[in-house]
Amino acid sequence: MGKNLFQKVWEKHAVKVLPNGQTQLFIGMHLIHEVTSPQAFAMLRDLDIKVAFPERTFATVDHIIPTDAENRVRPYADPLAEEMMQAIESNTKASGITFFNPESEKQGVVHIVGPEQGLTQPGSTIACGDSHTATHGAFGAIAFGIGTSQVRDVLATQTMSIAPFKVRRIEINGKLKEGVYAKDVILYIISKLGVAGGTGHAYEFAGDVIDNMSMEGRMTVCNMAIEGGARVGYINTDETTFAYIKGKPYAPKDNWDEMVEYWKSVASDADAQYDDIVKYDAADIEPQITWGINPEQTIGISEKIPMPTNDVMQEALDYTGFAGGDLMNGKKVDVVFIGSCTNGRIEDFREAAKYAKGKKVAEGVRALAVPGSFGVRDQAVAEGLDKIFIEAGFDWREPGCSMCLAMNPDKLIGSEISASTSNRNFKGRQGSATGRTLLVSPVMAVAAAVTGKISDCREVFEIGG
Amino acid sequence: MALGKIEKVIGGAVPVLGDDIDTDRIIPARFLKCVTFDALGAQLFYDVRYDDNGKSIGHPIDDAKYKGASIIVSGNNFGCGSSREHAPQAIKKAGFNAVIAGSYAEIFFGNCTTLGIVCVEADDATRAGIVEAMAIDASAQMEIDVEACKVSVNGKSFDVAIKENARAAFLAGNYDSLADLLGNMDDVKKLEASLKYSFTA
Repeated sequence: MGKNLFQKVWEKHAVKVLPNGQTQLFIGMHLIHEVTSPQAFAMLRDLDIKVAFPERTFATVDHIIPTDAENRVRPYADPLAEEMMQAIESNTKASGITFFNPESEKQGVVHIVGPEQGLTQPGSTIACGDSHTATHGAFGAIAFGIGTSQVRDVLATQTMSIAPFKVRRIEINGKLKEGVYAKDVILYIISKLGVAGGTGHAYEFAGDVIDNMSMEGRMTVCNMAIEGGARVGYINTDETTFAYIKGKPYAPKDNWDEMVEYWKSVASDADAQYDDIVKYDAADIEPQITWGINPEQTIGISEKIPMPTNDVMQEALDYTGFAGGDLMNGKKVDVVFIGSCTNGRIEDFREAAKYAKGKKVAEGVRALAVPGSFGVRDQAVAEGLDKIFIEAGFDWREPGCSMCLAMNPDKLIGSEISASTSNRNFKGRQGSATGRTLLVSPVMAVAAAVTGKISDCREVFEIGG
Repeated sequence: MALGKIEKVIGGAVPVLGDDIDTDRIIPARFLKCVTFDALGAQLFYDVRYDDNGKSIGHPIDDAKYKGASIIVSGNNFGCGSSREHAPQAIKKAGFNAVIAGSYAEIFFGNCTTLGIVCVEADDATRAGIVEAMAIDASAQMEIDVEACKVSVNGKSFDVAIKENARAAFLAGNYDSLADLLGNMDDVKKLEASLKYSFTA
């Protein structure tokens, strides 16, 4: 009986079974950012414990950093943001941890920086004090979000206490229709399996659609595993994976072949066992859009909002002001946000720019394009994408998490409606307690920007037949 | 890091009902701008407790009859969303030591357990019974018996569940595992040397 990737990687990294019954798991690569790490460093100082393996932790700043160039000058206008920035500067310096700060021109959203630097490698265990850490699973790694006490544990020991997961294989077979993207695939899956459907599970994404997907698309899919309750989402490696990693700053060099051989060895066996297998047909997936207050509340663009059958659905309608039976198609939008660890990579901006080119953002719509990292920004500029967005009337910004969670100055105002490429449509998520978030793909976001309302990108841009 | 054993949680209980109460609801992202967790207690559930002017809008947490409560009773999939430990820290700093819910999001559950917040699981019918019993006298003390997996309030008793790993850890007082992890550093170093990683900048 074969093993799946999760089992193989877990076994290699298991140190011991702890008295609490959980596994002491070794974390090969640890990423930190400014929001969830300062308290962990403070705990270590209180206990007089040093960072055990500083060469296995890498830091960046993303959540609080302003994305408009003039506000990035230090000290930041927001004293709390400045304090957090200073904390990560001093903590990484004192501990000998590499910090990808803005001056290094490597700064960006933590889940974009890791892969871009070649730090995210197959067969690894990766942890970060951020629930979207599963993004790195796109590379055949076991990656998951942790709390600050666990950030402390990983800094102190490079290990943490955790119980193993069940593994559900999710296959999406067939061919995606034109105008349907990775974001639509993962929103569709969450709408089917629910926001808590993955609790206790790792999701192994597979099938024709995943096989044919770019690494950027695979990262979008794995990124949102947690939105379906699965702390881990991963994809087995193939030539697409290796081609992406090769040549990245921290990628293996002289030992490349040896590492690839190892990476291949941890892939799921053909006869691997799973706790559960579900299959979907790509032909059933159309551009998706959320209508409520969690990512399960998603429909296809041609569909109507369902009539409420439970309290959470009613609560969502009360909050959004939409009604069961409404189409989302045609709903007015105030703000469009393209960016985040979900859709802030170069492919997202290339695809969005393809359709923004020569168009204008509709009057009254505020549109932001926020590259996920310096690497993404510089590549976009080299390809002239920034000009396309600027000419279309988008605000082209500096890298950061920005309006995904609005911990920096980018926020919704009042009950504004935002078509957003981010990952959460929770109440108040984009910085206003009454703001409304509609999750979409980057091309759907452009369609909303140029029409001023939620629109089927395939109709607006005459995509496909 | 000697921790006390947690065999019982006794205190007032407040209903914060509804499913899928997410971490942004528990502690809105703007309050994450802090380098310590100290101030989070006052910001718990902020956007559903206060209006734009900071005036109370009548959330149960602010209801005088639940004043001083230390147990939250909620719905299914409590704590979904972010990994932010700020959420359980806000709960703890606001004086709560236990939550009774249908189920929990995984990262949130782990964070709570490490902090010694007891996450009790009770199905919809049991929770409805608990809420009904609470209503007999809202200021009554509730008792959560961790060993026996029982919740009692106003003379009524309910069988509930506590995940076995967490339950055993509360009873043994080793729910914060740092000391155990540190005790195995020789094994950690041995394992580290055996793994294939290559970060060659």
